[in-house]
Amino acid sequence: MTVFLQFLVNGLSMGSVYAIIALGYTMVYGIAKMLNFAHGDVIMIGAYISFCVTAYLGLPAVVSVLAAVAVCTVLGILIEGLAYKPLRQAGPLAVLITAIGVSYFLQNAAQLIWGATPKNFTSIVTFEVPPALAAYNVSAVSIVTVVACLVIMAALMWFTGKTKMGKAMRAVSEDKAAAQLMGINVNRTISMTFAIGSALAAIAGVLLCSYSPVLQPTTGAMPGIKAFTAAVFGGIGSIPGAFVGGILLGIIEAMAQAYISTSLANSIVFAVLIVVLLVKPAGLFGKYVPEKV
Amino acid sequence: MSCLTGKSFNPVVNRRGVIAGLAGMGVMGLLAGCSDEGAPAGSGSGDAAAFKIGTIGPLTGANASYGTSVCNGAELGCKDFSTDELAFAFKSEDDVADGEKSVNAFNSLADWGMQALVGPTTTGASIAVAEVANSDPQIFMITPSASAPDVTADKTCVFQACFNDPNQGANAAKKLAEMFGDEKFVVFYNSGDTYSSGIRDAFMEKAEELKLEIVDEETFKDDSQTSFTTQLTKAKDKGATMIFAPIYYTPASVLLANAKDMGYDVKMMGCDGMDGILGVEGFDTSLAEGLYLMTPFSADDPKNEEFVTAYKDAYGETPDQFAADAYDSVHAVALALAEAGLAADADPTEVAEALPEAMTKITVEGLTGTLTWNDKGEVEKDPMVYVIQDGKYVAA
Repeated sequence: MTVFLQFLVNGLSMGSVYAIIALGYTMVYGIAKMLNFAHGDVIMIGAYISFCVTAYLGLPAVVSVLAAVAVCTVLGILIEGLAYKPLRQAGPLAVLITAIGVSYFLQNAAQLIWGATPKNFTSIVTFEVPPALAAYNVSAVSIVTVVACLVIMAALMWFTGKTKMGKAMRAVSEDKAAAQLMGINVNRTISMTFAIGSALAAIAGVLLCSYSPVLQPTTGAMPGIKAFTAAVFGGIGSIPGAFVGGILLGIIEAMAQAYISTSLANSIVFAVLIVVLLVKPAGLFGKYVPEKV
Repeated sequence: MSCLTGKSFNPVVNRRGVIAGLAGMGVMGLLAGCSDEGAPAGSGSGDAAAFKIGTIGPLTGANASYGTSVCNGAELGCKDFSTDELAFAFKSEDDVADGEKSVNAFNSLADWGMQALVGPTTTGASIAVAEVANSDPQIFMITPSASAPDVTADKTCVFQACFNDPNQGANAAKKLAEMFGDEKFVVFYNSGDTYSSGIRDAFMEKAEELKLEIVDEETFKDDSQTSFTTQLTKAKDKGATMIFAPIYYTPASVLLANAKDMGYDVKMMGCDGMDGILGVEGFDTSLAEGLYLMTPFSADDPKNEEFVTAYKDAYGETPDQFAADAYDSVHAVALALAEAGLAADADPTEVAEALPEAMTKITVEGLTGTLTWNDKGEVEKDPMVYVIQDGKYVAA
């Protein structure tokens, strides 16, 4: 029983990291209706910034997180303005390809700046976990990640539901043209969405690397893809969906590794995803919108 | 070691150094770059024609650190082993760890007049180049670091200076049986990587023969190396007291951190792929305290001090085993040439014909141990086991 609980905790820990990345994916998709495949790489940049601030400037962890958030926010706005904005009228395929291009650009830029050899990220979460919990593999980072996920989720739901900007976002998400006619500045709203998504990516990057210390230019790529899967699993565009999807994905992965096969774990995760999408095409929490003819 | 295949980023930088390796210049430059000029590297090489040695490795892209080390090590070797009778000229080419580019690099070196190749660095590239080097007209090739048995298999003029994967696995089992016969082992490897699973297969075979107690086997793949807590939980549950992990140092640093977070007090031994773990920027070396490594080279070993100092002066970095293997490869070529009685102006095909036999006769007292070769081109040397104490390698 103890071992089972340990596996469950391992899954929750990994899942909470997926969830926090998935929140960024789902936020941008829900509003701008585009898949920002560069999200995983913005995460990597955020982690590098945090690493540089603590390791080279010797500043406290909190400052490094703030710096990472600031840099990533600006980066997100820049990427949106330079790469995606000119394609506002183009088809979704062009935007998707551009996003993949941006992803490669960021990876190679990071390799130019920081080199190809991996760096070891020192966890920013340092408090001691009570022994009763530690016996079940509960780590400090996991506690912080789960709490951060819940706080971010609540804040995002409040923001999109109650504030003026949030309402504008939802309007843009429903119908860009109509929103523009109602006097909403569509470009500004989408820029804002990217700014928020990238700020979340910075936090996710710091937490991802606190959980798994290897930092290299490809650090964000695979967790990014898995988190995207989690977002689709939960229903892409849905904020609680991203959270639940991420946690479930982590648990399924850990259980598959524990009781079936470590080599097959990924195949099992994706097989579950396929089954869920066959039964519920919009994901667990997604809204199914029938095509109007 | 290194079973990196052609997987890499696009080349983003061309860092090929432009410092010419001029004769007898002590301090070469500040950049950790290799000269690609065909200048004679040795001292006293003023008049006599120099024997041309070429090197191939990834000098740009994701695997640049391996290729740069090989190139620097070979260059330093060419300088140190040049004598008045036999001077070496040296030239390097970049292959970005890609087989096709490596063959192009090989051809351009052949056009330059290369008489022996010390390279390529990575396995995928080496398999491709070995094929070409072995076909008519043959050019003698010794790879410092490509470890798959396929590189040398069925080729007369192709040699290896590093252990091949099966040898390393079998040697690891022997060493573990000698040193830790009473422990309960878990084997932890990357099932998607030829280097890691190649060592594991040979290890398991030998371990059965030596009756090592293996209680568990755990695997991971390149796309799932963010966390190994689940695998460690299983190993701990099965009562494993020592991990044998033939994996690279990047996942190894995650494994060590996870084990510590779980409070799992377990011994661990890795192979040469784990060498480099102490050099990772920001790595908490206390995590690696007590870690055993079976690797042929240590920069902290007093007997290698002279080489390490010369290397640091020339390139500003501490040499790793890639550099040491390349240096030993040049050493072997120098001895084999003397054994075969070849002069610096020997024809490349003549070299390819005479050297393989000479190679089986020589003994190299090198940086990576005492090296001899069998007629298959495989090296035989004693593996050395180090343990990390106070952030340094100590012979175990």
